[in-house]
Amino acid sequence: MLKRKRIMRTALVLSTGAFLFAPGHALSMEAEDAPESVTIDAMAKHYEPVEFDHLLHVDYASCQECHHHTTGVKVADPDCIRCHANSPEADEVSCAECHAVDRFTTKYLLTHNDPELYHIDKPGLKGAYHLNCIGCHVIITGPTGCQDCHTMTEAGEKMFNTGKHAPAKGASSDAHH
Amino acid sequence: MKKLSRRNFIKGGLATTAAVAVLKEKKSKASGDFDNYPEGMGVIVDLTRCVGCRSCEAACNKEQGLPEPAVPFDDFSVFDYMHHGEKRRTDETAYTIVNRYNPPAIDHPLFRKVQCNHCNEPACLTSCFVNAYTKTPEGAVIYDASVCVGCRTCMVACPFYIPTFKYSSAFTPRIMKCIFCYDTRLKEGKPPACVEACPQEALTFGKRVDVLEIGKQRIRRNPDKYVDHIYGEHEVGGTAWMYLSSVPFDQVGFDTHVPKEPIINSVKEFLAMVPMVLTIWPGLFVGFHLLATKKDRVREMEKEAELKKAKENDEKEEQA
Repeated sequence: MLKRKRIMRTALVLSTGAFLFAPGHALSMEAEDAPESVTIDAMAKHYEPVEFDHLLHVDYASCQECHHHTTGVKVADPDCIRCHANSPEADEVSCAECHAVDRFTTKYLLTHNDPELYHIDKPGLKGAYHLNCIGCHVIITGPTGCQDCHTMTEAGEKMFNTGKHAPAKGASSDAHH
Repeated sequence: MKKLSRRNFIKGGLATTAAVAVLKEKKSKASGDFDNYPEGMGVIVDLTRCVGCRSCEAACNKEQGLPEPAVPFDDFSVFDYMHHGEKRRTDETAYTIVNRYNPPAIDHPLFRKVQCNHCNEPACLTSCFVNAYTKTPEGAVIYDASVCVGCRTCMVACPFYIPTFKYSSAFTPRIMKCIFCYDTRLKEGKPPACVEACPQEALTFGKRVDVLEIGKQRIRRNPDKYVDHIYGEHEVGGTAWMYLSSVPFDQVGFDTHVPKEPIINSVKEFLAMVPMVLTIWPGLFVGFHLLATKKDRVREMEKEAELKKAKENDEKEEQA
């Protein structure tokens, strides 16, 4: 769904033409351009995909709080302003476009070791979601429990030894050790 | 020429011995200094990010094939466990555990993950007389159970109380400790299971030098958020696993009194003295003894010669 919207938006931008020649102008995306909901399933394994109600969250946070400079809204973070004060709308607004799923693989680490690189501490996709979501939910007292956002899968129950895979009462190992 | 008295001679001799000892010690220290593996991997643990979900514990348990836990990994009552007044610690069933702390200065708890810190110069390795431990170029401190004799010296040597003994198999001794997922992941260039499982990216994996830089950048950019210290940058000579915190480290269970240099440095001087004492001292002091008693011996010989002469003279006189 996100992709279809994006194509439509891009088409709109291209047809207007003038947008392209106005970099640095406060030509931000409108909230209405955004999808109503986004399915976050890039890493779903131990938990079900998250059905993210984008429309709901638009009321709680401004675009740049999650999308930084990519939607063309001026950023607030003093560290970002240094370079992104006038950043136009980016080609990609999707989180996964910048935040890698394979953040800690050798491949990623080798391709992101430029000594000139400023963003040395850019979280991976999983980190970006949780840090941003939970960070905000704590402040505005939103839900913060794991299963408040995504229910655990069977694979998750196996990993966490819970639910169907919970240890039998009086299990062999002693956690008090 | 100044006359060399017996007292001055011995004084000089002792001074030379001391000088030899000092020089020798310096040299042995230099030759023993290990400059770490520059390409070694590390992890920076950010206490401000950890939410105590215990995903790392669960992932470690599966990756290392550890026994089924007594309670599920999504049971947070474990944070209240106390054993002899201490919070949970790693044991033969868990290579990593997360503990909860309530520092007085802040209104929310902080969680601290405990595992092997993978020292640059591990005390467990130095203390092991059968060389069961290895610090790999990738940064892991691994352990070979096949040579272990179960003496448990490493458990005493470790400044972080990490190696634990598998008491359930006392006849085939085995130390249980985090090995940085070396066998299954690290040597293939993959991050350890706990890092991959962490939803909050409280664990940041990369080359030690790089994650250290990331930690420094976080402190630089958020000076109000973090304590200006990275635990493990210098502690016990540096560790592969390091920590960032928003409260002083002693409030979240860290031993802030560990030395800033490798544990081996505390015994290096002694170890350097041993060969010197055993090889140089015997010769040196026998020499001193011989020199010091030479005069006496000469005098004795002279006396004997005199006596002999006198005797001979006596005999001659008698004969005459």
